[in-house]
Amino acid sequence: MASELRETIPTFGKQTPPDQQSEVSLSNWSALTSASFAQNWWQATIIGLVAVVVLGGLEVFVRVFDVPAYTFPKPSDIGKALWNNFDLFQPHLEATLKVMLSGYAIGAVIGIVLAAVITQFPFVEKIITPYILLLVTTPMIAIVPLLVQKMGFGMAPRIIAVALAAGPMVMINSATGFRRTDLAKIALARSYGASTFQIFTKVRFPLALPMIIVGLMVGAIFGLLTAVGAEIVGSGEGLGNRLMFYSSRIQMANFWSVIVMLAIMGILIYIIFYWIGKRWASWQA
Amino acid sequence: MVQQTTATSAHAAIPSRPHGQLSGIDSVPSQRPVAMVVDHATKYYKTKSGAVHALEDLSLEIAEGEFVCILGPSGCGKSTLLWAMSGLHDLSNGRVVLNGTPVTGPRPEIGMIFQDANLLPWRNLEQNIRFPFEIKKLDVKPYQERIRGLIDEVGLSGFEKKFPRELSGGMQQRASIVRCLSFDPSVILMDEPFGALDAFTRDEMNLLIQKIWTETGKTIIFVTHNVTEAIFLADRVVVLTPRPGRLAHIFPIDLPRPRTIDQTFSSEFIKVVLQIKQTIMHGGFTDPDTNDARVGIEM
Repeated sequence: MASELRETIPTFGKQTPPDQQSEVSLSNWSALTSASFAQNWWQATIIGLVAVVVLGGLEVFVRVFDVPAYTFPKPSDIGKALWNNFDLFQPHLEATLKVMLSGYAIGAVIGIVLAAVITQFPFVEKIITPYILLLVTTPMIAIVPLLVQKMGFGMAPRIIAVALAAGPMVMINSATGFRRTDLAKIALARSYGASTFQIFTKVRFPLALPMIIVGLMVGAIFGLLTAVGAEIVGSGEGLGNRLMFYSSRIQMANFWSVIVMLAIMGILIYIIFYWIGKRWASWQA
Repeated sequence: MVQQTTATSAHAAIPSRPHGQLSGIDSVPSQRPVAMVVDHATKYYKTKSGAVHALEDLSLEIAEGEFVCILGPSGCGKSTLLWAMSGLHDLSNGRVVLNGTPVTGPRPEIGMIFQDANLLPWRNLEQNIRFPFEIKKLDVKPYQERIRGLIDEVGLSGFEKKFPRELSGGMQQRASIVRCLSFDPSVILMDEPFGALDAFTRDEMNLLIQKIWTETGKTIIFVTHNVTEAIFLADRVVVLTPRPGRLAHIFPIDLPRPRTIDQTFSSEFIKVVLQIKQTIMHGGFTDPDTNDARVGIEM
């Protein structure tokens, strides 16, 4: 850092405007948080009404045209199955959450730490980045059969797959954040005698935080996808496994109940990170 | 608050200078102790296309409590000079001495005010003003009263919880002035602080800075490319040549204080403006009255 400050022609605080700094569309935090939602109760009511109309319409349609349950069950039956059979689903929901959360935690921590370290060494970063990209773009479900073959049907292969799916996602976004070095702000901290560690905790990390949150959100969604995929491919438990189980038995109400649970998990991830973003990254918007 | 604690020391540190006294090129009004010495400062920057020569053999003495403006065209190395004074950048050659000790890194008795306020956007005003204390691991409590007084003085009361993006450029720069004064540095280095502000806000800020300087008696070194601003504020205007920056001439400004914006339209003031503009154009200054060439550069 010191050499960075000393060896180049300083810009003395002249910086590109924030809207020109974002490199990829993914790095634009506002794109994720500014999705338009209900602004008041009136709009929220309308959104609710739309759901009622769609579900009610489906219900009527299925009943009127006598659609067989194996093609599409009545929404009311899905609701009933979700309510009555929840104790059947619960251990599988827990298994999925366990795999997803532990894999995600491992991947996210490694991703953030790696991003923070690697961006300090541009040469290392250049060497490693293509491999991280490879991990990002390769569907990690693909390695599950291999891992299962080596490690058996336990949770370990799925946790590894989730970590490998979420970690690089978190890392690549966090790295974009840590790469945003605002020399003027670093100089400000240095003028008060800040140590390298203080510059990291008080300047570089807060500056990177919006991108880290984006990475964590995308990583969580990738983690959920991979957890469910891994359960479909090689597991005796979990919501993914239940999807295969219920569809093979043509228990479509149960099948759809599982899908509803997955949808809720996905939406929850979004909502959680929306609020985290509002709290910790809104200064950027 | 500021008035009470520091006004007395301000008057002790800045004895009134006799009017019409023309100091020599590098002399300092003799009755004041020297705060900072720039000793044969030379600076090269390494770039991909070779070295850039930013400063060449520049020497300067600044008295305690003096207001010095460093003026020059863009890219003349005036910011480089200031950053070398702050200890944030090394010199290739020469040295800066502050209060008798060479500057080798950031010093606690220096406060810096940057272009565009340089507030941290994720902190509100109060948290921004606390930033130096967090870095220095100083307890902010004993300074609380002083900070409140400063916030009041610059007219930011009631904005403590606002974030930088919610404030105008002028207000942001006021906040950064409070941040700088909060820990009571004896030397303030200002790097084109008002360059991004509109002309009216700039006038306002200049009046504010003059007031703060009068009340606190800080040594202020102020980099600008605005001739009027430099003359309005300074005891001495140090004019640099285009890159590499050398000393072109030092203009002592003996206009009475407190100065007003109206004064900037007086014939006395305009005369100095013209002299400085000619100096910048020709890289040196010839006194029209005596035809005495006071040229500070050797070509």
